[in-house]
Amino acid sequence: MTPIDFATLEKGQDIGSTTLHVNRADLIRYAGASGDFNPIHWNERFATEVGLPGVIAHGMFTMGAAVTLVEDWTGDPAAIVDYQTRFTKPVVVQDPEGTNPSDAPGTALEVSGVIGALDEAARTARVDLTVVADGQKVLVKAQALVQL
Amino acid sequence: MSINPALEGRSYPAGEAYVVSREKIREFAAATKASHRAHYDQEAAAGLGHADLVAPPTFAIIVAQRADAQLIGDPESGIDFSRVVHADQRFTLHRPIVAGDELVAELHVDKVRGMGGGAMITTRSEISSTDGAAVATTISSILVRGEEAA
Repeated sequence: MTPIDFATLEKGQDIGSTTLHVNRADLIRYAGASGDFNPIHWNERFATEVGLPGVIAHGMFTMGAAVTLVEDWTGDPAAIVDYQTRFTKPVVVQDPEGTNPSDAPGTALEVSGVIGALDEAARTARVDLTVVADGQKVLVKAQALVQL
Repeated sequence: MSINPALEGRSYPAGEAYVVSREKIREFAAATKASHRAHYDQEAAAGLGHADLVAPPTFAIIVAQRADAQLIGDPESGIDFSRVVHADQRFTLHRPIVAGDELVAELHVDKVRGMGGGAMITTRSEISSTDGAAVATTISSILVRGEEAA
């Protein structure tokens, strides 16, 4: 299913990193694709009225985008059999004056992954993901279990 | 209105089936910035042994949040959606979700824990195909923030 040789993997091994960007247009696109139209993800006035620092990304956007690193590493998206995270910090997405929201650079999400555990009997590798936005970890215990 | 503690242990039966389409898989994959070809190209998916386009690992959230909507929309629940924050999420895939699947979700309210004036609510969706085979289990905790004292 995947080109990865289980025998070559080691705990602590780096699986790589990537930087993704999220702007307001990305949030509209995710809202439409997922059906989650909570206005905290697209309306600044509403977001601040409910006490948020501004429009924030869907936690599920960040979770979904972060796991693409693991998909590309495994070579088969279906190899990811379990994926979990806690959402600890909101990812604030600004709307800077003078920019087009569709091609504004947006907020950078730095995603990296290491192998956190290996189960030889089950032939699974647990990839622990770190996702940082504005210098803060936004996901905690983000773990993807890969069946090899 | 506060959260009804009697919600714990409640379950909501599966509603109408959700039909997974190729276009929705492509749209969701693009929206989460996934570039793997198995989400977009049938030949690429077939090359990995899949019957059709493969859904991204978090795709089941569409089905799970439809099930959650029954709880949030239940007038007995006391949940104000504008005060809901997503606290954690887990997907366990019993088999890959592919285009053409017809999925139903049974929702279980596993835990309700009061926190200040609000509550942490943990729900579980047991997602299966319409022929009864288990497809995915999703577990989600939401924090319903308490109202400030007037």
